[in-house]
Amino acid sequence: MKNWWKGLAVVLLLYTAAAGFLMPVPRLAILNETIRNLYFHVPMWFGMTFILIASVYYSIRYLRTPTPQLDILSHEAAKTGILMGCVGLATGSIWAKYTWGTWWTNDPKLNGAAIAMLIYGAYLVLRSSFTDEQQRARISAIYNIFAFATAMPLFYILPRLTDSLHPGAGGNPAFAKYDLDDNMRLVFYPAVIGWTLLAFWLAQVASRIAALKLKVYEKQLA
Amino acid sequence: MLKDFRLEWRQRAALNGMLLYVGSTVFVCFLSFSLKGGLPPAPAWNALFWIILLFSAVNAVAKGFLQESRGRMLYYYTLVPPQAVILAKIAYNALLLLGLALVGLALYVLVLGNPVQNTALFVGNVALGALGFASTLTLVSGIAAKAANSNTLMVVLGFPLMIPMLLLLIKVSKNALDGLEFEASQSSLLTLVALNLIVGAVSYLLFPFLWRS
Repeated sequence: MKNWWKGLAVVLLLYTAAAGFLMPVPRLAILNETIRNLYFHVPMWFGMTFILIASVYYSIRYLRTPTPQLDILSHEAAKTGILMGCVGLATGSIWAKYTWGTWWTNDPKLNGAAIAMLIYGAYLVLRSSFTDEQQRARISAIYNIFAFATAMPLFYILPRLTDSLHPGAGGNPAFAKYDLDDNMRLVFYPAVIGWTLLAFWLAQVASRIAALKLKVYEKQLA
Repeated sequence: MLKDFRLEWRQRAALNGMLLYVGSTVFVCFLSFSLKGGLPPAPAWNALFWIILLFSAVNAVAKGFLQESRGRMLYYYTLVPPQAVILAKIAYNALLLLGLALVGLALYVLVLGNPVQNTALFVGNVALGALGFASTLTLVSGIAAKAANSNTLMVVLGFPLMIPMLLLLIKVSKNALDGLEFEASQSSLLTLVALNLIVGAVSYLLFPFLWRS
């Protein structure tokens, strides 16, 4: 049963989808039913953070012992993180449309997230501008670590210093205090775990495909 | 390390060009604003100043690694540890940017007026900005120099990384413009220092790996 966590991911996400739409939620002004988006929007960022941490971990390991496998792992993990971030931006944008009345506002938290996505977009551009595989792997590992160190303050430090509409900024509590009751916790925590596991699953499948492609390519060369 | 710094200083071919670059950019800004017949309002003044600094920083630091020939890099490699090279580059770039920023500021104030009310805070902020830009861009230019289309890559990699710093810098300098008390910008300044330290430390740790290729 070494794949128990994939089963767990499926169960938790099915539970999230079912309970997220059916369980009672507190009636709050403005938010109304959109509060259910909490089970989808917020876990995206959790999943993204964890998968990017994994990507940095593989990058550091790559710099210590360079193997193609570690490079593939860190690259695919970063790509999954970017995917999660984009879905997070999209769900957040929809949520903003129904609560703040606009798809996008000039808000530190939103801008921070968008810029962090740009930083990781630059990572993909960087990877595509090398022809030599070893050099590409080493330099993108270096940039990946550097990008993580500068992108994380954008998510977790800078928005807290300024006033913002978004919860979890300007000294607001993120979500725990006022908009989350015990019923919601029952769905929210499983949702976070489920989406995070799904991110790792995606990264694993993607890196297996990339590793197979590499193998096929090497066979063709030989 | 001091010797390394001197090595950098000796080939400061970029310096005069950069001074001219900053000077002409400021002058172009002055000309475009004087068409309207007046000085820009304080927020525009602030934003324009940082945009000028941003572009001249990218141009100035990009010279550092891109102009380095392969042979000379090998020569350094035999002489000094990589940590000394990156520290010397950061120090040199920081001083270069600081000089550029101060000359630019002087020219800027000369032609576009001086709405700054808290000069000490503003200049301190500019100094922090120069240090931050230098430590971010030095490693980025090292990375970009390895790739094929380095000039584009330098901008693509550098700008998003600099934005968090730039946001804080603009906020603090806006405070300095409005003459707010030091306490109002204290937390932002501390975050800036912390961000500089993080970026500097990460460059210091990562450069030896970059260097080997």
